[in-house]
Formats: sequence, C-alpha cells, structure tokens
Amino acid sequence: MTQKNRLQDGGRIDRSKALTFTYNGKKYTGFEGDTLASALLANGVDIIGRSFKYSRPRGIVAAGAEEPNAIMQVGATEATQIPNVRATQQSLYGGLVAGSTNGWPSVDNDMMGLVGKVGGKMMPPGFYYKTFMYPKSMWETYESFIRKAAGLGRAPKENDPDIYDKMNQHCDVIIVGAGPAGLAAALTAARAGARVIIADEQNEFGGSLLSSTELLDGKPAAEWVADVVKELSTYDDVLMLPNSQVNGYHDHNFLTIQQHCTDQFADRAPNGQVAQRYHRVRAKWVVLATGAHERPLVYGNNDVPGCMVANAVSTYINRYGVVPGKNLVLMTSNNNAYRTALDWHDAGRNVVAIVDSRKNPQGTFVDAARERGISIMVGSGVIEAHGSKRVTGVSIAPLNDAGDAVVGPIIKMAADTVASSGGWSPVIHLSCHTGSRPVWNDDILGFVPGTTYQKQLTAGAINGSFTTEQALAEGVSAAADALTHLGMTKKDVVLPKAETIEEGKAMALFHIPHTKPTSKAPKQFVDYQNDVTASGIELACREGFESIEHVKRYTAMGFGTDQGKLGNINGMAIAAKMLNQTIPQTGTTIFRPNYTPVTFGAIAGRDCGALFDPERYTAMHAWHVERGAKFEDVGQWKRPWYYPQGNETMQQALDRECLATRKSVGILDASTLGKIDIQGKDAREFLGRVYTNAWAKLPVGKCRYGLMCGEDGMVFDDGVTSCLAENHFLMTTTSGGAARVLSWLEIYHQTEWPELEVFFTSVTDHWSTMTISGPNSRKLLEKLTDYDVSKENMAFMDWKPMTVAGVPARVFRISFTGELSFEINVQANYGMHVWKALFEHGEEFNLTPYGTETMHILRAEKGFIIAGQDTDGSVHPFDLGMSWAVSMQKPFSFIGKRGMQREDCVRENRKQLVGLKTIDPKAVLPEGAQGVLDPKAPIPMPMVGHVTSSYWSANLNRSVAMGFVKGGLDKMGERVFYPLADGRVIEAEICSPVFLDPKGERQNV
Amino acid sequence: MFHIYCPHCCEYREEEEFHAAGQSHIARPLDPDACTDKEWGEFMYFRANPRGIHHELWVHAAGCRKYFNVTRDTQTYEINEVYKVGEQPTVVANAIQSK
Repeated sequence: MTQKNRLQDGGRIDRSKALTFTYNGKKYTGFEGDTLASALLANGVDIIGRSFKYSRPRGIVAAGAEEPNAIMQVGATEATQIPNVRATQQSLYGGLVAGSTNGWPSVDNDMMGLVGKVGGKMMPPGFYYKTFMYPKSMWETYESFIRKAAGLGRAPKENDPDIYDKMNQHCDVIIVGAGPAGLAAALTAARAGARVIIADEQNEFGGSLLSSTELLDGKPAAEWVADVVKELSTYDDVLMLPNSQVNGYHDHNFLTIQQHCTDQFADRAPNGQVAQRYHRVRAKWVVLATGAHERPLVYGNNDVPGCMVANAVSTYINRYGVVPGKNLVLMTSNNNAYRTALDWHDAGRNVVAIVDSRKNPQGTFVDAARERGISIMVGSGVIEAHGSKRVTGVSIAPLNDAGDAVVGPIIKMAADTVASSGGWSPVIHLSCHTGSRPVWNDDILGFVPGTTYQKQLTAGAINGSFTTEQALAEGVSAAADALTHLGMTKKDVVLPKAETIEEGKAMALFHIPHTKPTSKAPKQFVDYQNDVTASGIELACREGFESIEHVKRYTAMGFGTDQGKLGNINGMAIAAKMLNQTIPQTGTTIFRPNYTPVTFGAIAGRDCGALFDPERYTAMHAWHVERGAKFEDVGQWKRPWYYPQGNETMQQALDRECLATRKSVGILDASTLGKIDIQGKDAREFLGRVYTNAWAKLPVGKCRYGLMCGEDGMVFDDGVTSCLAENHFLMTTTSGGAARVLSWLEIYHQTEWPELEVFFTSVTDHWSTMTISGPNSRKLLEKLTDYDVSKENMAFMDWKPMTVAGVPARVFRISFTGELSFEINVQANYGMHVWKALFEHGEEFNLTPYGTETMHILRAEKGFIIAGQDTDGSVHPFDLGMSWAVSMQKPFSFIGKRGMQREDCVRENRKQLVGLKTIDPKAVLPEGAQGVLDPKAPIPMPMVGHVTSSYWSANLNRSVAMGFVKGGLDKMGERVFYPLADGRVIEAEICSPVFLDPKGERQNV
Repeated sequence: MFHIYCPHCCEYREEEEFHAAGQSHIARPLDPDACTDKEWGEFMYFRANPRGIHHELWVHAAGCRKYFNVTRDTQTYEINEVYKVGEQPTVVANAIQSK
C-alpha cells in the first residue's frame, strides 16, 4: 500500500523507519512517530467505524483525546485485546493489529446502515427508553442487540499476559499537560527546587507547539520545547511522564495517571517489562495546563468522512506530514482556523475556499490567506456536506448577521475535505471531577474552571488564554503562585518571544442553519459518538426537557467514553436557543472521571491472581496440604474443610471424621479463632459491659462462654473468655469476627468509657490452637505432658498452664463438640512441632484430623450456635433460647440490655431458634429452606422461619437441623413443613436443638 | 480519596488507612434503662445527614487504632479540622454560614 496522503518531507516522523500494521485485516505501512490515526489517514483510509445509533460511516475527525469516532479494538492476540482505544492516541508500532469496534459485516458495507437510513426518523432521542421498555421479558434480547450494534468494543476472552503496575507518588506540584503553559510552569517550579511531576497524554512533550508552524525567538517552537525538556531531565526531583493520561482529579489533590509504558510500541510487553503503570499522586498543588479542544461547527451531514476539526487537519499536516485530502473547504467563525487553510495551501494542495461566517474578517492570518490568493467567502456558511463514504462537495449559503438563517442562494462546490472551527473549548474536565462548576466566559465563548476547594491553579488555554504568549506567561505565574504557597523562592525564568498575532473578533456560532428547518434538514451531528443531532436536542426541548442535565440523559449527549469533549458546548448552545436562554443560564453538565477509558489492567496492577487478596495460613498449613485437606475460606483464612482419604466422597469423609471423634479422638486446627488479650485493672468491669452475662466473679483459671450484642440487643459475636490473672483475660471470637470485635471494644473504650483502665491487643497470630476432642483426648494429652489433667485437677471450663511436647502451653478444657476436649495453645512457631507430636502419639487412638465441616456437624448435634450462621443480626439471646447467658441483674446496663427490651423484642411470636427433627430421618433439610405450618395453604404461604443449620449426622444415623420458627420455643412437638423448589415437602418436628447427650455427660468426664 | 491528618500520629495519611465510624458526639445515655423506646431508638438509629459541615468519627484502623473526630464539609469534602475524642469542634455549621 502506498501512503498516498503522505508529504515528501516535514513533520515529526522518521521516514527511514517504516512500520507495518494491520487494520481490519489489511496490511498498511506508516512511520515511526505516527499515531494509528495519522497512519490511517496517510494511507487514505476514510471509514474507521460505524456510528452508534444510525450506523453511518464515520471517519477520523480530530487528532487527540477528543476523537469521537476512531475508537479501536487493538490487539494481535485474543489475550492482548484492548477495547476503546482512540486511534489518535495510539502510537504506531510494527505489528500493531487494530480493528473497528463496530460495523457488520464490515465498516464499508454495514447492514445496520440500512436501518439507519430507513429508520432515521424511527430513532429519535429517548428511542431506547421509548422502544425497549416493553415487554419487559424481551429486555435481555434487546440489550445484546444494542450492545452488538453499538460497537462498544469487547473484553478479551483470555487472561492478559502482561504485567501492570501501580505506584504511589507525592510531589509539591503536579503539572497536567506539557504544552507551552505546562512546560513554562514545570521549568519555573523545577528551577526553584520543587518536587515536580509533569504528565502529558502524548508521546512527546510540547502540546500545541509540536503541530504549529509558530516561531519562538525566531526559531521553530519545537526547538524551545527540546531545550526545556533537556533542562527538566537534569533535575532529580522532576518526574516527566509522557504517554501518561491524567484521568482523574479526586478529593484533596489526589490524581490518577495511566501511563502507557510498552503498549505504545508493542502488542505484548517485552519480557519482564510493565505494560502500563497507574500513578496515584498526592500533590500539594496542582497546575492544570490541559489546553483546549477546537469545536467543530454543526451543519448538515457533518459526519461524512472528510469532515474534520480544523486544527486536527493542521496537526496531521505539520506533525505527521499527512494531508488528509486534496481539496479543502474551511468553514470558520474565527481567525485562528485560517491557519489550517494556510497549512493546507503551503503543503501544495488546493484550498477551494475559506467560508467565514463573519462579514468582515481581519487580522494576521486573514491577510496571509489573501496574500496566497485563497478565496474567502464572507458572511457565509457550509450548510451541508455531500457524499456518503467520503465528502464529494459542499453547499454554501450566505447567512444573516446572527448566523441563524440562510439569506441567499446556495452555491455548490466540489471538495473532499471540510474543516470547521467554531472556536475553542477549554479542557475543563479535570477541574470538574471534584465537583467544581465551570463558569461561562463571553470573551472566549467557552466555559472555564470555576471556584474550587482544591489546591488547584490553571494556566494557558484552559483559562481561555489561547495565544502561546499568554500560555507561557500564565505557566510561569501559576508555578510562581504554587511556589509562594509552598514557601519556596522563585528563580528567574526568561520566556522566549512569541510571534505577535493580530486576532480579529470571533463570532458566537455553533449551529449552521439550513434552508430547511432543523428537523427536516440533513442530520446535523452534535455528539458523533452518541449520534446526537441538533434536531434531537431540539426535540428533547420541545418534549419538555428544560434542565441541561435532563437533556443530556434523554439524548445521551456527552455520555460514555466521549464525555462531551467535542459536542457539549454546541449541544448546550442549541438547547439554550430552543429554551430562549443564554448559554450561562442553561448551564453545563459536568464531567466525571475518567477523562478517557482506563484499562482494568492498570487499575488492578499487581493485585490479581495470588495477590488479589491476602491469604492467611496457620502454622500447620503445610501439614494440612500434605494430608490432602480441602480448604474453606473463612475471612482471609484458609481453613481445612475436610480431609478426604483415597476415593472418599465428601460425605464419606465427614462421616468418618465425625464417628472417629466421638468414638476415640479427633483434632481440629483452631488457630484462626480470634484471640484478644485484655489487661488492666478495669478489664473485668469492661467485660461485664460488653458481654450479656456476668464476669465479676470469674476466678483466675476459669473460662466462660459469652454472647456479645449490639445496642439493639441483637447477637453479633460469641466466644469463650478466660481469666488468666486477676487483671488479665484472653477473649476468643469467631474466626471471621476478630477484627470487628476488636474495633468494637476499642470504640467503646475510647469514646464512652475512657476512664476504664483496660488495654486490648490482638494475639490471634501469636498462638497456634489445636483442639483434641473425644473420649480418648485426655489419654492422648497425658502422653505429652507430665501435668495432672485428671477430672479432679482440671475440671470442665478450667484452663491450666503446662508443658506439652516440651513447650509451654495454655490448655483450656472447653468443648465445642460436647466431648471431653482440650484446646492446646502454644506459641505459634511451636505449632507444627506440637501438632506432629500429637500425631506421633495419636496413632494408637486413631487420632483423626477433622475440618470445619465436621466441627459444624458435631456442634450442631449438640445444638451449639455459630454466630453469623444461626444468627443474622435480627435475633437476641432470648430468641436463641439462651436466656442462661444473659444477666439482667448486673449493675451496669450492659450493651444490648436496653435494646433487647424494646417493644418489638419482647412481643409474642418472635422467630425463635429450635431443633428440627425430620420425620423421615434420612431427609436432610436444605439450609435456608422456609418453613410453613400448613403446606396446603394457598400461595403465598405464610412463612414462619428458615433453616439455619442442617447436616447428616453419622453418629445419630439421622439428619439434625436448627432453624427459626415463629413462637417456636412454645411449639415443642408440633410440626413444621418445608416445601422445596423441587416439589418435595419435608416435614419436621419442632424439638430441642440438643440432639445428642442432652445432659452433657460426655464432656463432664 | 481523602488525605486525613491523624491527631494521634500527627501525620497526614491516606484514606485507605482509616475507616469512618459514623456521626460524632452521639453519647450513650448514662442510664439506658431509664430511656423510653423512642429515646433509645433515637440514640441508636437517628443520625444527621447535613449538606455542609458534619462531625464524624473516624478510626486510624491500619495505623494507631485510635478514634478521633473529623469536621468535614459533605458538599466539598473539605476537612476543616480534626480533634480528639472528648474535645469539641471549633468549626461548626453556624460559624461557616456567618463567614
């Protein structure tokens, strides 16, 4: 393929480095220094996509982040697919593979285009709301159709092989944008010794200076840029980030930057390199030097490929050596855009005409055009472009003074390119991210940043200061302001002399009238990406949408990845006119992060795969793995769930573990239990306030079970707390609740009862905890300790310090299985040693490791609750039948006491936790099943409560279950029915939740 | 993302280190048993939702674990001051309005 639109010389591209790339399956060649967009234009590719709603052919319109049409799917392999890449921001590299994100079967011949042509009238604004509402059942069908048609790109189906990274940064001043204002600011701040970050979305610094023919100090502006970049790179405290889009400006001067590291030159990051890096910057001061985007004018068929923004045309000529056509018509309302005609002419191509909406344009560039003999048609506008896949000509007509009516005959002219300019819109997006509302500036016909609470300064075109001279000066003064705030001293900065340009007054013009009314004229596009037209906005206003925010949502203007970069002001101007208001009265919608789409890779960084979430292991984890345990996630803990042997099913393994424990002895790794060390002379008083039961008389050496409630009286955690010494306790919590309980204790201590002398320390990880449970557990423990662990010396609910397997241990005689049990706690780094020692001596007792599932079954056989499974934040201790754990007589009104006495908490017929004995002993109720008292009641049946715990019990050779039943504690022996989704109805008898050993004889031996 | 000064660590730290713990200055009634259901319900559930100055309790969860108060503007997200538990705010809604 030849690059038919490429100039012989000029531009910032390296013609000695040809790069081959693939677009929509065809191979093309570009040069190093190109963007994907400039390379496509060089090759004469006109159509780069199909529009969102009408599926009209679209071409490249702009040259930067504001490009609405050239949204590409990039990626050579399935795993490296990136959707929503702007061709104007993607550097070209050899082997780049890109494709249009929409258009079927191809962008050149699109089936939807027919729908757009035929159905244009059928797709007014609000189309989706109006059409796809009914019937509701069809929504899923509609949605997939819309998504396919809309061409929003697609996510890769395979894992991204690249590495992404995140970096936290701190600086004195961050400068967003490295155009003339940004570079001047950076130079000023850097010379003063400030820590500076300067970021720019483009592959090299310079901004507008890179694509301008302007001279600074009589030399090409790019030379000054090179000097500044060279100087900046000598400062250690200056971080220069090209290819880096500042995408979000968040509270308290927190900014996020997406830096393209290798995906600007390679499909996959070369070995070991980071593809993209996400910088999270906390800046003391922010200087926004984000520049401005040129506004296209709105005219008929202004979306035909070949219709472009004026300055973009200049950029392609001056920076990339690409003239995207042969015959140009330029339409403008201002002097600045004349430069495009000059550039086009100077590149040796034909300028058909400059169409100026003003009657009497004057100024430097106007004179220059006249000198070149370019025809200027004043007081006129291009009312319509002709052509479908490429502009073939234009209709030009004289306009009235206000620019809102055609007042003379139409002249048709042949042309292949229409460049238009309605002036410049400051890029205020970032300044809006923190909630600051922009204000209208009549002098520049645009919105500029409003007041902000951030430490934010602005410089250059973002303020409407469009000349290079102004931009340079404001860059220096913004940095000087920042330095003053930072208490730093500014050093001299001598600015280069910019050319003096005489600018004439611009005309406020947004929407070019047609001979036909807007609704009947050829489509005049305002927002290309969302296919919003002038007539659509007018219709929205006629239908009663008056707030610009509502107009936006009804028409979709400024939605999605576009965020209204090109079209917003034009749209607001059209709405304002319809509503007979000024633009400032109409107001503007504001912009939200992110400025351009950010890849998930950049956001995730390294926090994926094994590093997605921390995993916590106990000291015995390796043993569990070796033993083939299946694991369960409990909070961040990996806990053994069960230990299958051979080809055992899960149920077979559970049955074996349950039987072995009750028959002889089992062992559980209970290290994950939350453990909080509580010390201080008021520790005991404190426990009495946060637990529902009494703690005043618990002697040293004893343990006690306690329930913890919220102020509403509802149970939220439970556990055993032991008295280690008079002013020293060890509290245990549920594995998942440890952090919450600790902060609960802290908040009460710090905010309500600071007078109590008590200290809390999390010691969960300090201890390894292994519970041996079963009739032979004492015999096993005796093998490892000389301490007297007999019933006489160590009763139920005692704890004793002793030596186990040669290491100091705290052993608690508490039980969650109902069996004789010892909970052995040793320093965590001895855990594995003691665990293995237990197994060395456990063989003769068939010591069986069991996991959380067997623990659940064994405790359910005994009717012990698990906070969070058998409670859900809506049950108090009395609902659980645990009045024995509440002491209403305590002098201090403990947390939960008042709450559980509220009217609703003491009423009749609350849901209460009871045992559920299925009539068919083999039937296991599903947890969560809803109970009814009359299975023949008409649907919806009155539901009386749900099953909370349910298991097959090998020990009892039947199912066991607990659940809530309204008034259940008074319904012992009555029946409750569980109709299931599969049609079965399981019948159960309400009973005590204690299915095994109701007298507790097994644990008191 | 907020940048919060911890009055106990005496440093600005990132919001990720902190947790918000609701409205400040909600005192637990000294004699809960003397409260009516309505009074107790108000203590438990009713919270201000102002547009503007708000006093909030925060905890330096991944730092010193201390709770402290923050006066924050819910509209601008400006943090006007931080102060320790037991202290009173100096920036209050009326003072701001009269500025």
